[in-house]
Amino acid sequence: MSQITNEGLILACSAIGAGLAMIAGIGPGIGQGVAAGFGANAVGRNPGAKGTVMSTMLLGQAVAETTGLYGFAVAIILLFANPLLGKLK
Amino acid sequence: MLGTAVLPSPGLLSSEVDFAITGYLKYKIFGSDWYITNTHISILAVMLALIIFAIIVNINVKKADPTKPPTPFMNVVEFIVETLDKLIIDGMGVKHGYKYVNYVSTLFLFLVVANLSGLFGFRPPTADYGVTFALAIITFVLIHYAGFKYQKLAHITDLFKPIVLAPINIIGEFATPLSMSLRLFGNVLSGTVLMGLIYGLVPRVITMFGWPGVLHIYFDIFSGAIQAYVFVMLTMTFISQNFDTE
Repeated sequence: MSQITNEGLILACSAIGAGLAMIAGIGPGIGQGVAAGFGANAVGRNPGAKGTVMSTMLLGQAVAETTGLYGFAVAIILLFANPLLGKLK
Repeated sequence: MLGTAVLPSPGLLSSEVDFAITGYLKYKIFGSDWYITNTHISILAVMLALIIFAIIVNINVKKADPTKPPTPFMNVVEFIVETLDKLIIDGMGVKHGYKYVNYVSTLFLFLVVANLSGLFGFRPPTADYGVTFALAIITFVLIHYAGFKYQKLAHITDLFKPIVLAPINIIGEFATPLSMSLRLFGNVLSGTVLMGLIYGLVPRVITMFGWPGVLHIYFDIFSGAIQAYVFVMLTMTFISQNFDTE
């Protein structure tokens, strides 16, 4: 255990934290799936309105994606622009 | 990774994986180091492509003869302009929509070309948070310009309507540019990171046969076009919220 340096510990824990942050991807996945399902339902009922349904669905999916992207941003910051490494000194 | 300063990589990945912002030319302003990065290079390439396209269109428009049927090139240009006009008028209404056609179509063309520039070997400029945040700030200013123009002082007093919710309303106003810019940035960056990992970590023999092209179709063309559309749609929605409702 004594061979682990402070930097090594921070990097290892940051990697674990990045992995945990990407759990945020579950929510947008469910949300986008629900939106796509209702979109398919709407097109099935009214095939003439396909264009409107498509654009509304894509807009809703993009908004639902935001929370997942916050998790992604946290993971990327932990991996490549780690602010914790600067706190060692 | 974020911003224009080049951050030292902690060395988690091998050096062959290349998707970070790299600086080429160092210069000093007021004693701090700044770099000319590959974001600057690709954004200049995008702007150059758009300017050359605009000049060619301008020459062709001046030469155009109204008595003859349009050339194929002019047909394409007219199609682009009519599609953008229809999109914006549908989104913002006939009354105020035409005033915003210039800004919104410029934004859309820039975002589409910027997101597609990954196909030509550039690092997409929108995978830099500085670019997307600047675009979101422009939209933010325009939202509140429209708010003060059409709602006058009610734009401010509406924030305090239930006085208890005033802090949440104010935070919500400032969260708009943040979420818009992060959405575009995160989507483009995730594509860039994934393509960088595939080209950097999978052995060269396997990626030689062209199958990453399928991923380029998804990440660069499909995702890029959708994100440009979404950014523009959200811009139009937030601006047209402020129009008087009659």
